[in-house]
Amino acid sequence: MSTVEELESEDNITEAEAVSTEQYLTFIMEEEEYGVDILAVQEIRGWESATPVPNSPDYIKGVINLRGTIVPIMDLRGRFELTKPEYGPETVVIVLKIEFEKGSRIMGIIVDAISDVYDVPIDDIKRTGFGDNQNARFIKGLVTVNKHMVILLKLEQFLTFD
Amino acid sequence: MSIDLSQFHQVFYEESYEGLDAMEQGLLEMDVEAPDDEVINTIFRAAHSIKGGSGTFGFNQVAEFTHVVETLLDEVRSGDRAMNQSIMDLLLVSVDCIRSLLQDLQAGDDPDLTQATDLKSQFEAILNGESASSESVGEVNSEDNTAEPIANEGGGKGYKIHFVPEETLLQTGNEPTRMFRQLAEVSDDCIEVSANLERLPSLTAMNPEHCYLAWDITINKAIDRSEIDEVFEWVIDDAEVVITEFDLSDSTIEEQASEQIEEPIAQAVSSEVESIAPEPAADKAPVENTAEKEPAKAKAKAKASTPESSSIRVSIDKVDSLINMVGELVITQSMLGQLGQNFDITRVQRLQEGLAQLEHNTRELQESVMKIRMMPISFVFSRFPRLVRDVSRTLDKKIDLVLSGENTELDKTVMEKIGDPMVHLIRNSIDHGIEMPDVRIAAGKPETGTVELNAFHQSGNIVIEIKDDGAGLNKERIQQKAIENGLIDESTTLADEQIFDLIFQPGFSTADAVSDLSGRGVGMDVVRRNIASLNGSIEVSSETGKGSRFVIRLPLTLAILDGQLVKVGEEIFIFPLVSIVESIQMDDTAINNVGGHSDVLQLRDEYVPIVQLHEIFSVNKDEPPADDNIVVVVETDGEKVGVVVDELLGQQQVVIKSLEENFKKVEGISGATILGDGTVALIVDVSGLSKMSGTSIKQIDSAHKAA
Repeated sequence: MSTVEELESEDNITEAEAVSTEQYLTFIMEEEEYGVDILAVQEIRGWESATPVPNSPDYIKGVINLRGTIVPIMDLRGRFELTKPEYGPETVVIVLKIEFEKGSRIMGIIVDAISDVYDVPIDDIKRTGFGDNQNARFIKGLVTVNKHMVILLKLEQFLTFD
Repeated sequence: MSIDLSQFHQVFYEESYEGLDAMEQGLLEMDVEAPDDEVINTIFRAAHSIKGGSGTFGFNQVAEFTHVVETLLDEVRSGDRAMNQSIMDLLLVSVDCIRSLLQDLQAGDDPDLTQATDLKSQFEAILNGESASSESVGEVNSEDNTAEPIANEGGGKGYKIHFVPEETLLQTGNEPTRMFRQLAEVSDDCIEVSANLERLPSLTAMNPEHCYLAWDITINKAIDRSEIDEVFEWVIDDAEVVITEFDLSDSTIEEQASEQIEEPIAQAVSSEVESIAPEPAADKAPVENTAEKEPAKAKAKAKASTPESSSIRVSIDKVDSLINMVGELVITQSMLGQLGQNFDITRVQRLQEGLAQLEHNTRELQESVMKIRMMPISFVFSRFPRLVRDVSRTLDKKIDLVLSGENTELDKTVMEKIGDPMVHLIRNSIDHGIEMPDVRIAAGKPETGTVELNAFHQSGNIVIEIKDDGAGLNKERIQQKAIENGLIDESTTLADEQIFDLIFQPGFSTADAVSDLSGRGVGMDVVRRNIASLNGSIEVSSETGKGSRFVIRLPLTLAILDGQLVKVGEEIFIFPLVSIVESIQMDDTAINNVGGHSDVLQLRDEYVPIVQLHEIFSVNKDEPPADDNIVVVVETDGEKVGVVVDELLGQQQVVIKSLEENFKKVEGISGATILGDGTVALIVDVSGLSKMSGTSIKQIDSAHKAA
């Protein structure tokens, strides 16, 4: 288990101080880099087995005990209908506290590996149409960091367990 | 110097509600013909503290209204006024009114004063009417007689008040400026106040929370001495108050006084109108009150969403026993600590003893902590005498309410939620159950109907019975209505319980006329749903002409559950122990297959549908079902289901955790818990399970009967 602070790399912070920026924690999945709002991240922990919940979608790996609270764990690969993952030593769970109209919920997402923390100027986030891409609703926008693309996720969309 | 009074608001509300409850209870107990002094004193004291409290906290609307109530009560208390039915009704409505004012304030809304203003004028009418008639000795016309008291006072007595409070006055929650404001109000601003700074110490020696000022107050208006006394009533022990009268010779004041006459005349006239016809007014009051209850209730619902920190009153006994147990726990802990410091293998025996002791302590402690949340059900029951009285009067029925088992304890959360369904059931019993007095006499029953409320504990549940000796449920009519509504087929034959069960269907009502009390058919399904949401159940039995009986079963607490751990594949599930009827070894010959889909188990003389837990919960299970599988027979809502599991593990108390909080409702699962090793185990929702089993045993039953 490592903390967010350790992951913060200084070279990214200097870039845009004047413009309003948002910080994103990024992780790797299927060679692509995805980002989540760092303010929603509660902690990052290693993958350990969860209690499966019957009659739930396949991408819900189960529930874990997070200091007395029951927290569902979602496999993001499963949610995006990517290939089945191999859980290895780098597999981590990002515990997110997702705010929505009626309050907030805590959820863990399983990702391949944590990558970095970036400051993203809000104006640089590009909203692109994705046609009938099923996963488009999870995507807030795209941003280019160090010449490669980062996909920023819209977290509240993950709360609909359909 | 400013103390944040808002921190005491919650306490004030709670105490006021308690006071209101006491008033209500006292009023209901009171014999109108010969009221007991002690009871009247209790009611008066309660009203008095509510007034005092609300004044202190600046809730003047409440204070003003309560003041008139108190004035009337004071007259009753001192024997100047005889208690009668109309006064009592008015007082009861006022209790509701004060309560709703307080609820508005608590929710942070501006209180709705229409009812209060209306009632206040009724009170004033009674108060003025009585004083007018008492002074109108002889055949004096009303103008003369109202002029008289004013003329008496208008003779010109002003007051000089020398007010020297003790330094600690402010700490007792009294605020001089508030008192001056009140004086200004009663004297129509004909008041002069000058402060006396003699006692003021130097700045360095000053305690900012002390009051060093003294005041001289001159009231240039003829007012009633008692009004002044009342202002100082709360501080009389903490201050030196000298009130002296003086003659008012100033003519302008006289004029002012005579101008004031106009208003009392109008009041006296209207009060005479009221007192000529006191009966209709008395009848009106309760009707209005019940009619107004509905919107008030709707309001209360809307408010439920506003966050409020609720608190709980715990008896000192419970706290003491907790402290004792914590003490024991500390002793055990230090004993174990010592043992651990120089431990060798010879002491294993003592270690085990110590651990056993620790377990014992922890369990006791847990039980006592849970007991803190337990409150006697009388908190719910106490509101029903009033309800029965109001409703039966509206309907012109005679009804006795018999309460028993009021001291049965249950969890506060459960209690808060069971009130509304019970109100509904009791209203139903009165409205539909108990017949009109003439009908009852014709049926050879006593004129007065009886509604019985009873509560008791039974195997980990609390059972609440609501029983009436009315007409009972009309089976034919229920069946007929159900056919009309398309709930059942005309050809269906149903057992009695199944017919009675129909009343819990949404939209079902057999009342001939829809009244504002009941009959809209929105009730019973909501009642059942509310009770089911508390993991409880409701059943009804009835006999035509003899009455009906509703039985509500609820778990004692929502937070902890006695569980049976079972293993299916690699997973552990928990069954609530209370729902388990028995667990048996599965015997192949006892299993029959119905229509190729559902398995049923022949259990003595009945057939029980079977569910394979690994199937409905899609648990991976490698080996085919072994012959020695175990069937756990569970029961909910009178239905039995056999659940096939691999292995029975231990029984233990588990703390229920919500699965919905961060996830969603899962069919067949009622919650989760954390086991000793930190892993999560799911708790099986037994009533959901019986739905998932497909074929309900009742259908099988009736199929048998039909055959």
